Order: sequence, then structure tokens, then C-alpha cells
Amino acid sequence: MTKRLCAGLAVLLGLSVVCGVALGPVSVPFGDVLRLLKAAVTGGVLQPVDAGPYRIVWDIRLPRVLLAAVVGAGLAVVGVAIQAMVRNALADPYVLGISSGASVGATAVATMGLFASLGIYALSTAAFLSALAAMGLVYLAASRGGLTPLRLVLTGTAMAYGFSAVAMLLVFQSPRGEAARAAMFWLLGSLGGVTWASLPVAAVTVVAGTVWLQTRAKQLNAMSMGDETATTLGVDVARLRKALFVATAAMTGVLVAVSGAVGFVGLMLPHLVRLLVGADHRKVLAVAPLAGACFLIWVDVAARLLAAPEELPLGVITAALGVPCFVFLMRGRGYVFGGR
Amino acid sequence: MDVELQDVTVRKILHGITLAVGSGEVHGIVGPNGSGKSTTLRCVYRALEPSGGVVRLAGRPLAGLPVRESARAMAALTQDSHVEFDFTVAEVVAMGRLPHQTGFDRETAEDRGICADALSRMDASYLAGRSFLSLSGGERQRVLIARALAQRPEVLVLDEPTNHLDINHQIAVLRLVRGLGITVLTVLHDLNLAAAYCDRIHVLDAGRVVAAGKPADVLTPQVLEEVFRVRAHVVPHPTSGVPQLLFEHQEVNP
Repeated sequence: MTKRLCAGLAVLLGLSVVCGVALGPVSVPFGDVLRLLKAAVTGGVLQPVDAGPYRIVWDIRLPRVLLAAVVGAGLAVVGVAIQAMVRNALADPYVLGISSGASVGATAVATMGLFASLGIYALSTAAFLSALAAMGLVYLAASRGGLTPLRLVLTGTAMAYGFSAVAMLLVFQSPRGEAARAAMFWLLGSLGGVTWASLPVAAVTVVAGTVWLQTRAKQLNAMSMGDETATTLGVDVARLRKALFVATAAMTGVLVAVSGAVGFVGLMLPHLVRLLVGADHRKVLAVAPLAGACFLIWVDVAARLLAAPEELPLGVITAALGVPCFVFLMRGRGYVFGGR
Repeated sequence: MDVELQDVTVRKILHGITLAVGSGEVHGIVGPNGSGKSTTLRCVYRALEPSGGVVRLAGRPLAGLPVRESARAMAALTQDSHVEFDFTVAEVVAMGRLPHQTGFDRETAEDRGICADALSRMDASYLAGRSFLSLSGGERQRVLIARALAQRPEVLVLDEPTNHLDINHQIAVLRLVRGLGITVLTVLHDLNLAAAYCDRIHVLDAGRVVAAGKPADVLTPQVLEEVFRVRAHVVPHPTSGVPQLLFEHQEVNP
């Protein structure tokens, strides 16, 4: 069942990538997309007339679509891991304050022009660095007396308010109205202006993180039954939770740096996947990255098309698409969140 | 495999608990609410690091043993009650095989056989496909004991195994546990069940062992009066002869 679902999603992912490249304010016929991609990969010869479409397909759309897949996969996987780590079905990748921390750096760049020497990477770099700083702060504050699930959630939530307050203060203090808009747009998530350069780090982080989490899937199952039970099943809970904290925070930091804080995916995708395959993390962690990747590719397509030539923030679309779909599924299957 | 607690101390709760469970014996811990029964067990199944004293499993101090290694020999029914995600009963029981597997290991046919056997011993095979969260308290309890059995432990630590169970299953579970032939340390609230199924009983009060020994030697009217503040008559069970307690429900003037 799970294997068939994964195979189906992998095919869907391939189709989604091609569609994602073809669709946009300027649409490129599917045949051309395949021909151009083939030429790019195998080094074929192109006609001068292909130069424009080639630029759109290879330089602009493909890195963007692939990054959408990576970010969607990453957020879904991190959501699964964090919900297990803090044993709370309402947790999402941002519950530990990482994204709010990143927003401090991003707004500082947008409003005060920090890191100007880094050019277009200034925002990502600042976001990643301040995400790391936020992760350190939350860890230090939460770890005294043991990283318990409740302590993590409460500390993360409290810190997130603090970080958001700093970011808001920066926006309101800024004389540049345009900067505030840029910061807000970034916060809601966007893949506009993505180049090949931002892909490798994000892809490697997400793939490595996902594989590592899959090796820990059975321990995550045990931990879902309670820390004491997990201990009697041979899981070193304190150590696992520390490792999970570092892994999920690092993944979130990288994802937020390349795409902003895209909401909904990390909260709802894990539940959608559990509706389909149950709670066993071995199955959930196999299906979630594929489902998340497909989902965010189509969200990004919608972001490009719905208000073309303007772009919508991804967060607006993830919420508009996800919420009804989720309510529908939940009503249909008698799915349980956090006990009956 | 034997379990030994020597002078185990937990700040403000346990004040030097010493007891030893010989290989293959069934020992019960009884005592009033707040006397430290669960805390004692938590020190054994490693949810809690004692602030003083030592717990030994087959002579080896637990503190120096990786949790994975002790989990291969010792299973426990804990008091964890909150389960966030909706696992099936079969998935919950399969978790019992975790200490015996590594990394990406899938369940083998042997694992599946062990899990099916554990479920059927708990009279819960018919629940295998059900959602764990949809079960009643007693059904959950039986599934959790099945998970502990699926670990194929040599030592079983049980915190109130008869909790939520109907009388039929209370008796069935304790009879089964006795029949396993492994070392068992269990907290029991029902003193009559403790008397019927335990080789030895340890009575805890305010974090200390105040009496220990064979049920007949420990469950005396004096101990019950002192520790539980109830008056009781001890009578031999008509067929088995084990001591059983009849409690006074009215104020009696001596």
C-alpha cells in the first residue's frame, strides 16, 4: 500500500516538475519543455529561436520548481519530526521560534541594508544566521532541567513572540515603506528570483535530514507513546530529542533562508499523510517528502499564475488550498488528533 | 535474571529502598497513595535516575548499561497515558520488537509471530486492526501488556497491570504473568490479588519498606492498621489457602 502510494507520488512529482516548468505568465508548450530539458541534460544542439524559451525553462523555472519541491519535502518532513519530538499534533516547523528568529535577520537586511556586500544573498544569509542564533537561544532556555516536550513548545512560542516583536519594531522604525513590504512578502514565503545557486545547500540538507530521520522512524514511534515507554523500549530519549532539535532546527533554518516562512505545509501535510497511511513514522516519513514536494510545486505555480504578472505570497495560497482540503479529509475519515 | 535495589533514594520521595527479586520470582509492591511505589518502579525501568543507591539487573548496575541493552532483557508497563498519534494496535505491539532491531530493519516473520502470540495471550487478537486511541481503558491496558510481552523480556516491571481491567481479565493477566516463569516486579493496589499471585510482598510507606516477606507474614491486621489505616480480618482462601482480607466497613469500637 505504502510502496504503491510512494510510486504513484513519484510519478506525480515528475509530472508536476514538467508542468511547473511549463506553466507561468509565459507558458511554454510541454513538448518544448521536454525537448529543452533533454537538450540541457544531454548537451544537444538548439536553434536560435529556442534561446528565449530555453532561458525561461532552464535558468528561471527549473531551479524554482526544484527548489519548491525541496522546500515542500523539507517542511513536510520537519513537521512530522517536530510533531513527534514535542508530542503535539499542533506543532509545526516554526513552533520552536526558528522562523521568527530568521525574520529578525531578514527584516534587518530589508530595512537597514545590512550585509549589503552580499548582494542578493544578503537576505538569505541574515535569515539563516539569525535562525541559528534563535535556535541557540531557545535551546539554552529550554534545556535547563531537560528538554521536555512542553518546555520546548512553551519556550519556542514565548521566544517566537519576542523575535516577532523585534522584527515588527524594525519594520515600524524603518523610514522605507518599500522595505516593510519586502520584509512582509518574504515572511509569507516566496520562491521568486530563485537561481541555481540556492538549490544545492537546500537539497543536500533536506535529503540528508530526511534519510537520517527515516533511520530514526521506529524510535519516533516509540517516543510517540511517551518518554518513559520509549526508554523501556531502549530509546535514549534525551539524546534523541537533542539530535532531533538540532536536525529540525538546521533544516528549518535553511528552508526559511531560501524561501521565507511558508505556512501550512509543515503543519497540515503530516496530518494529510497520516490520514492516508496511519501513524507509523516509517510510512509517514516515506510518503511525506513526496507529498510535500508535489504540493508546494503546485502552490508555487498558483502563486505565479493567479495574479500574473504580480506574484502572490506562498503562505496565502497554502492556506487557501490546504484548509478546505484538510477539513474535507478530516470529516470523511474520522481522523483523530491527540486522543478521543 | 534477578533485580536488586540497594538503598535507592529519590529526593523527598524514596528514603533508601532495598529489595531483591530472585530469578523467576513474582514480587508485589503495595502501599498507600503517595508511598513511592511508582517512583520505585520508575527507578527500575529507568525513567528516573535515583539520586542515591543502585539498581542492579543480573548483578550489573543499571546506570552503566545502555538503555538499549537493558530493554532487551527488561520490559515495563509504565504509567504513560498520553498518546498523541493514532497507531493501530498491531503497530503498538510491534514496537515491543524495537530493542531487538536495528536501523532500517523491517519486522521479520519471527517478529510478527511473537507479536501475534503476545496479543493472543492477552486475549486481544481481535483488536489487532483497531485504532489504539479508540480502545477502552481495559483494552488499552491489555494491548500495552502485550507490547511488553512482545519484548520477550526476562524481567517484567508492571505498574498497576490490573488497572481498568474487569475481574476476569485481572485474574487472567496475573495468572498469565505468573505462568511466564520470568522475574516480575509489580505494583498492585488490590491486596487480595497481591496475596494470591505474589511470592513476596514489599509494603511501602512514606518512601520506606516497612514490611517484606511472604504474603501471610506481611498482610497482617497490624500492618494493615499501621500502613493503610484500615481494620481487616485475615482468612485463608477456602480452596488455595492463601491469606485473603476482609475489611471492616463500619466504625468498630474495640
